[in-house]
Amino acid sequence: MAIKKFVVGCFDDEKVLFPAVKKVRKSGYKIHDVYTPFPIHGLDQAMGLRDTSLHTAGFIYGITGTTTALSFMGWVFKTDWPLNIGGKPNFPLPAFIPITFELTVLFSAVGMVLTFCYLCQLAPFVKKHHFHARATDDLFVMVLECGPKTNEEDAKAFLASVGAKEINVQVAEADWWLGRYDKEEKLFEAGKTVAHS
Amino acid sequence: MSFREQFVIPARFRMWSLILMGVGLVSILAGYFIYGTGDEHHQARFWGTLLYNSVYFLLVVNASMFFICATTLAMGGWQMSFRRVTEAISVAVIPIGIISGVILLALVLGHQHHIFHWLTPEGDKILEGKSGFLNPTFFIVWTILSIGGWIFLGAKMRKLSHELDNREPLSVAEGRAYIFKNTIWGSIFLVWFALTVASTVPWLWLMSIDAHWYSTMYSWYTFASSFVAGVALITLFVIYLKNHGYLELVNQEHLHDLGKFMFAFSIFWTYLWFSQYMLIWYANIPEETVYFKHRVQGPYRGIFFLNLIVNFIAPLLLLMRRSSKRNYTLLVFMAVLILLGHWIDFYQMVIASIAKEHVELNFFDFGVAAGFIGLIMWSTGNALSKRPLLARNHPFFKESVIHHT
Repeated sequence: MAIKKFVVGCFDDEKVLFPAVKKVRKSGYKIHDVYTPFPIHGLDQAMGLRDTSLHTAGFIYGITGTTTALSFMGWVFKTDWPLNIGGKPNFPLPAFIPITFELTVLFSAVGMVLTFCYLCQLAPFVKKHHFHARATDDLFVMVLECGPKTNEEDAKAFLASVGAKEINVQVAEADWWLGRYDKEEKLFEAGKTVAHS
Repeated sequence: MSFREQFVIPARFRMWSLILMGVGLVSILAGYFIYGTGDEHHQARFWGTLLYNSVYFLLVVNASMFFICATTLAMGGWQMSFRRVTEAISVAVIPIGIISGVILLALVLGHQHHIFHWLTPEGDKILEGKSGFLNPTFFIVWTILSIGGWIFLGAKMRKLSHELDNREPLSVAEGRAYIFKNTIWGSIFLVWFALTVASTVPWLWLMSIDAHWYSTMYSWYTFASSFVAGVALITLFVIYLKNHGYLELVNQEHLHDLGKFMFAFSIFWTYLWFSQYMLIWYANIPEETVYFKHRVQGPYRGIFFLNLIVNFIAPLLLLMRRSSKRNYTLLVFMAVLILLGHWIDFYQMVIASIAKEHVELNFFDFGVAAGFIGLIMWSTGNALSKRPLLARNHPFFKESVIHHT
């Protein structure tokens, strides 16, 4: 939980946004995030984000599912309650494969969805600050994070020079917090100390 | 930016294709004198080797035309930067189709009933019951129609693509009409492909070796095998051309997609392999398990499980990572492994049904395979050198240039 100061610039065209992202990075401003109405191919590379490790997590969840299925069925049918089913061995691997497959898919799918929500800081009864409501509609919102040495006026002027249509300064909580969107609550008030990272 | 649009066949490439074809010819001759003139078991071994090699490589190069038509129908644009490579590979359907046709006709007309028991159904109730489908006349007519259809429709698709060379770019209306025409011919090819490769042809050419036995998964299984090997072949040619400085517009994004195809269809193949195996294993009915008896519990056990390791475990683990699908070296390794693996798959599909007592995989099999590889190289190289490497007037060409995963 950290309350920080942000300079927010809104763009109305992705063709302007891409060069703007490059220029902003080049001039040394720290991009907190870029909020877009739809996924934009190549924006993650332009922003210099590293590849996600979600798929590595998915692989680990998957092999967890595989081992869970095989070890549980193996224990049930070999140790706990051996049954003779159609004269097959007590550990009939081919018959276990479909269930093993299903459990692998189930574990990796559910695990990856939950991990994805955690990484995106999405959950029920949890709130996150919205920098601009139209980021879900037709506006590309680039948010710069202010450090101790950042001059807001310079940052605003710079955003205007790279094509931002609407620019403002916001002091807001950067992470998620327990709360609800239908109840107005502000964790930040004017005059509160701003944490710098 | 200038592009090297004209492929010039490197001397080493031509030399190797000729050497491999020579090896193939010598192997066939040697095989004929060692096996082909012997008793009927030896003869079956000779003709069986010719059968699985020619059918495998025919279906692999034909998968390239399937790839073109399927992406055409899906309105795909990403493959357009290496479209001419897939077209060039599909030209090999003509020579290999003729060779396969000759071998298949020779099998039936030469009464190789040790391979095709159904040629002499007299006194066998089951084969007499199947004789409406499994009879020489239908076999011959359908074989000629199938191969002829692939050659004709493939040539039509290639002609449509070459019409765009050396002319002005299409207008929007012309582009629409062009895409529509492509879609029509592509769908005709796919319907023909479904009636042949995805159903009747594997039944007739391969499954009828075990004339009493049948599996409804068999044709899909054969198709999956040939398609994943076909994509591996496309990948090999694309990387070869890139390493020689051609195909500047193909980048890691396109190779990533080819890698995804190899990965996904390896798993699809395994799904069909397992579906066929598990149902028969579970039901445990003698007339069905007879197919797997000598494969799983007999001399072919090693090859049977090698098949699964090479075609499933290896692609699953090695191609899973994103970075490995973007690595040229690893992709080449996997493509070669997949081509070899599915060749072994076809080997056990045919030879394990002909020679059930002992496994024989020697110079003859590898030599014949080398001959077909040489033929594919020679035919594809020639086809590539005749046309520009870029289909630059195709309406979807730009989509491939800016392709991004």
